[in-house]
Parts: sequence; C-alpha cells; structure tokens
Amino acid sequence: MVADSTTALGQRLRKAERRGHFWAYVLIAPLFLFVALSFIVPLGTVLLNSVYDPIIPDNLSRTVRALDAWNGPRDQVPPEPVFAALAQDLKIAVQEQKAGAIANRLNIEESGLRTIFMRAARRVAAQEEGPWAPFFEAADPAWAQPLIWGNIRNLAEPTHSLFFLSALDSRRLADASVAPQPEDQRIHITIYLRTLGVALTVTLACLALGFPLAYLLAHLRDKTANLLLILVLLPFWTSLLVRTTAWMVVLQKEGVINSLLQAVGLITEPLPLVYNRFGVVAAMTHILLPFMILPMYSVMRQIPASYVRAARSLGASPSTAFLRVYLPQCIPGIGAGALLVFILALGYYITPALLGGSTDQMISYFVADNMGRSLNWGLASALAAILLAAVLVLYAIYDRIAGPGNLKLG
Amino acid sequence: MFNKIHLSALTVVGAAVIAILPTTGAAQQALTVASWGGAYTNSQVEAYHKPFTAKTGIKITSADWGGTLGEISAQVKSGNIKWDVVDLEAAEALKGCEEGLLERIDPSKLPAGADGTPAAKDFSPGMILPCAIGVIVYSNVVAFDKAKYGANGPKALEDFFNVAKFPGKRGLKKDPSVTLEWALMADGVAVNDVYKVLGTPAGVDRAFKKLDTIKSSIVWWTAGAQPPQLLASGEVVMTHSWHGRIVDANVKEKKDFALVWDGQIQIPDLYAILKGTKNLEAAQEFVRFASSSQPLADQAKYIPYAPTRNSSLALIPASNPLKVYLPNAGHPGRSMPTNSQFWMENGDDLNKRFSAWLAK
Repeated sequence: MVADSTTALGQRLRKAERRGHFWAYVLIAPLFLFVALSFIVPLGTVLLNSVYDPIIPDNLSRTVRALDAWNGPRDQVPPEPVFAALAQDLKIAVQEQKAGAIANRLNIEESGLRTIFMRAARRVAAQEEGPWAPFFEAADPAWAQPLIWGNIRNLAEPTHSLFFLSALDSRRLADASVAPQPEDQRIHITIYLRTLGVALTVTLACLALGFPLAYLLAHLRDKTANLLLILVLLPFWTSLLVRTTAWMVVLQKEGVINSLLQAVGLITEPLPLVYNRFGVVAAMTHILLPFMILPMYSVMRQIPASYVRAARSLGASPSTAFLRVYLPQCIPGIGAGALLVFILALGYYITPALLGGSTDQMISYFVADNMGRSLNWGLASALAAILLAAVLVLYAIYDRIAGPGNLKLG
Repeated sequence: MFNKIHLSALTVVGAAVIAILPTTGAAQQALTVASWGGAYTNSQVEAYHKPFTAKTGIKITSADWGGTLGEISAQVKSGNIKWDVVDLEAAEALKGCEEGLLERIDPSKLPAGADGTPAAKDFSPGMILPCAIGVIVYSNVVAFDKAKYGANGPKALEDFFNVAKFPGKRGLKKDPSVTLEWALMADGVAVNDVYKVLGTPAGVDRAFKKLDTIKSSIVWWTAGAQPPQLLASGEVVMTHSWHGRIVDANVKEKKDFALVWDGQIQIPDLYAILKGTKNLEAAQEFVRFASSSQPLADQAKYIPYAPTRNSSLALIPASNPLKVYLPNAGHPGRSMPTNSQFWMENGDDLNKRFSAWLAK
C-alpha cells in the first residue's frame, strides 16, 4: 500500500516533469525555428555555394559527357564529336538565355574566355550542321587551343575546390596542375592578414581603454556606477551607420579635431585622420568598446574586495597585490571581452568601407565585392567560409590555452 | 460559449479581410523604380513618376541602388523581386540581358516623337537595346571649388593627374570605368584610340601605371551624392563627378563649384525591367512613358542631363537656365562617349584587376 503510493507519486512526479519539459520545448520552439530559418539554413546555403557549382555540368551536359568519353590528354584539342555536342548545348543555352552565365563562369577561371565563348554562342544559331570543329575555329582560333577545353574539364564536376584555391591565391591551370595566381591578382592572403591585424589592434585598444573604466565602474557606489554604465551603453542606442558617419565628421580634414588643433596652434596643416587605417581603428574601437567593458565589469564586481586587502595585510605591495591577486581573477572577463571584440571586429564591413582607404578594406569588403560586383558568389562563399573556420580555430586555441572555465560573458 | 462564438466570428471577418486585400491591391497598382538617388532620382520623380501617376493612377516608389548586377541577380534568382524597373548603364544592360536577368523590350511599341518621327529614328544611336531603353546621357567631369583656386584652377584633365602642380587629395569613383580611360587620356592617348589601347594588356598596364602616380592622393567614392560633399567639406581639392550633381549643388546649395569639361566621358543611363516582375505590363507602360519626348525634355528642368531623343532636345526651351550645362552644349576640350560594348566584354577582367590593384 505504502509502496504503491510511492510509485504512484513517483509516476505523477515524472509525469509533471515531462509536462514541464514539454512546455519548455514548446516555448523555445519559436526561437529554435527562427534561428534555424534565419541563420543556419541561409548560412548553410551560402557555404554550399563555395563547393557546389553546377553551371557547366548542368548547361553543357552533352559536352561534358563527350569530353569524358574522349578522355584525351590535356594538351590536345578534342575531336569532332565533342565540338558537335558543344554546338548542341550552345543552341539550347542561347535559346534559354543561359549563354551569358556559362561565359561568365568560364571567365572567372581565365580572363578572356567570356569573349571567345560568346562569339561562338552568337553565331551558333545560324549554323544548321557541322563539321563543327572548323565552325568554332572560325568563330575564334582559341577553340583550336587546349586552354578553353582544359577549363571546361576543370569545371565538369558539380562539386570542386576551385573557389577555395582562388580564395587562397591559387588556381587550377588548363593542364589540371595547381599554380599560384598571377602576381597582380594575389591579394587574399594579404587581406586575411590585414583583417587579423586590424581586429587585433582594435582588441588591444579596447582593452587598454576599457580596463580602467571597468575597474572604476566596479569600485564606485552603485548609483554613480549605474549612471556611468548608462553612458557606456548610450552608443548602443544609435545605429552603427550613424556612429560611423559621426566619426567621419569628427575626423575629416576640416572636422572637429583638425579645426580644434589648428585653432590652438598645435598644427598648421590638417592631419590625415580619415580614409586611412587610423580612422578605421579609432571608430571600430569606439563602436566595440562596450563589448569589452561589460563582461569585464560584471566579473570585477564579483571579486571580493577582501582578497586584495588580505594580500596587502600579508605584506604585498599595491602592485604585487594587483598583479598577483586581483588581475588573475579578472582573466575570465578580459578573455570574454577580448574574444567578443576580436570576433566582431573580424567581420567588420561598413566602418572600414566608409572610413578606410583602399588599402584598409577587410575581408568582408571582398566578400561583398564578389557578391555584388563580380557576381562570383562561389569565391565570396569560400572567402566567408575561411573566415568562419579561422574564427572557430582561434576560439579552440583560446579554449585550450585559457581553459573552458576562463570565459565569462556576464 | 459566448466568447467562442465571438472568436470564430472574428476569424471569419479576418479571413474575409485577408481575402479581399489582394483584389483591392490590384486596383491600386504600384511600381518600384530603382535609381541612383539624390538629385538624379529627384529629377526622375518630377519628370517621370509624378506625371505617370497622374495619368495612370499607378503609384511609384523610388529605391536607391549601386548599379551592380549582383543586386539584380539576387532578386531574380531568388524570385523575390523588389524592383520592377531599374535605371542602369549600358554595359550592365547588355550583360544582364544576355544572362536572362532582364525582360526583353519590344522597340516597335515605343511611341513616336512629339514631332512625329518614329521612335527608331528619334532615339540617338545605341539607345534602344534588346532589354533596355536609354533615357539620358550624363557626363563624367572633374569638379573643383572655385573658392580654393580662384582663376588658377585646373583646366585640363592632365591637371587632375598632376599632384606637383595641384597638391591635395582627389576624389574618384571606385570603378575602373572612366578611371582607366582618364588615365590613358592624361598619359597622352588620343580620344579615338583610348579603347583600342585599353583593349591590349600593355595598354591596361599603362593605365594602372599612370594611376599609380596619384594612388596615394585618391579618395574613392561610391555614391553620386558624395563628390559635392567631398568638395564642400574640403576633403578633396578636386573630384571626378557626374556633372549634374555639381550643377545641382551650385543651384540648390549656392556653392561655387566649377567644372573642367576637358576629358568629359559621356555615359547613357537606361531603363530596364527585371525578369519575372509581377507588374510587367505596368512596368512596360512606365518605360514607354518615361522615354517619350515630353518627360525626357521636362527632366532637363531639374538636372542638366541630355535627353536621348532628338525630338526632346527641341522641346527644351532656351529659357531653361540649365540648358548651357547639357553635355553636348559645346563645351571646350576633349570629349568622348563611353564604349558600352567594350565594358560589357572586358568589364569583369578589368574589375578583377582594379580590385586587386586597389587592395595592394
């Protein structure tokens, strides 16, 4: 009887718990769906673009099959059946307004292929039947060279690594070997290093400016601290774009700072403060500062004042007490703030675009440039994927060095 | 019980309202036209949009865009079309057409000119493309602040590239088009040979080498509203600009900016319709209306861009104070039209080279 009622109670309890869990899941379901639909799915689609590129196999399917069947060496031009297959593919592509897209895809691999391809596409509709090899050669002698054929064969598979090669300043040549990009096209590795450099500078600047302020906030009376905290948060209430443009006004040649310095007589010529690295770092530091201060502040507030007092009473000098007792306890806050600022800074786009010169643009700019201007979405995705991977690796390294407990976001 | 009835009644009314909405929406048709913003969009609103709405009842919303095909491609490929009509340049119009991003436009349906000339003869050559119809021609010029230089300002395109004689920052559009042509012209290439030289690898190298000489002095701009601001704030001593923006700043903000007409490059702007828009008919009607004689002539009241129809030119009165600023109003110095075919074929390659050059 007693045992019965305990099991019954246990069952009821488990049932109630299950119901509780069920409702908890129901309540977070909208958030989960939102994150899945607005973040995971689009991100996945974008990243997929970096390896999945079916333009050539989809639109030149006959040509690709004919090339496969022939499978000759890369330094030779394929025989007539391949030309005939290409002619058939081209006729359909022109009808479906797809020729331009194919030509663009080829041109991404090798400058000049667009023109060669389109010349043949424009003429092919008027030609009823072969022999096709002379027809193509008449359209452009380049068809009798292995270059264009090698590039079509490089793109014959719907998934490939060409975009990643290109993102790392290499490319696959027509003979299928991998070589570095020509000197005047080799920019991405420089840009990645520059992006890391800017993000690191901004993080250090934020730390240098944010640490004293967080310390002050943590040791003031609550009322004063809250007031100052509101001032720290104030920039959050204006849009990123407004803050960036405000910096433009402050830093420009006849802006606030230059006018002031000139009026005081410290300088005679205006200082170049904007459209260079200084403008980018200054504005990004200002914009990202709260992300550094808040985690540090919340950690510092929880450090009991008695620890430092104990250290002092045991004979430590003020600097020793600070360095060996207080600072180590701040590490979780510093780590969290620095990581947050660093990762946010890596992806910055609008601030460098508006306040930087042409040599201050970060990797996001090139992602946008490839999306919008060059219509090379594959390369844009590959560049973004590498940035994402770099962030994950850095996080893992940090985690290994500092340990999982040494990160406190508030 | 009572509450439940209430609720279901509400649902029924709600469903009915939702069902009715699209039909009332269809009667109240609306178009979105994307253009380049600022004074230019403003002139289109006054000369095209308002009269079109008055005539047809179709409302028009303006959007700004940056002129890159990527923005169109993203909309067409996703099927989520925000803009019905876009104002673009000829190289993009040709390319977008080839790539199936734009609707074909039937030239036989374009109205004849106000003087009765059939459209095919009324339009200047190259203004009727398979997927786009030209509306205006603007000019790319160098502008400077007269207050800075007085009578000793830059007079020729060479002065833009002469940092020794005219020290200070210069504004240039972050785009290889115009930039590369100017570099060659300033390097001594004759107007008629510019595209021939630029079509060779050596010519491209030559252009970039010339640009290297002023690279550290360039402030790059991306939107047409920026050049007058850069001049006004003193950030640059001279800048590349679309000429109408400078004239507009002089008229509206009482600035004293001057134009160097030498080396002007004329570029047409065209209207095209995004492939797959739900408002195809209204969009076609709008393009036909906007590119007819009177609206094109009216636009010159608001911005000094040349109409693409000869019949419109005749409709611009001599009393229009902006008429002297039209690109073809007999300005001194060299002048050339852009070669859209060249840019369609070589734009991608030159863009790639330009982006890499910028980043170094």
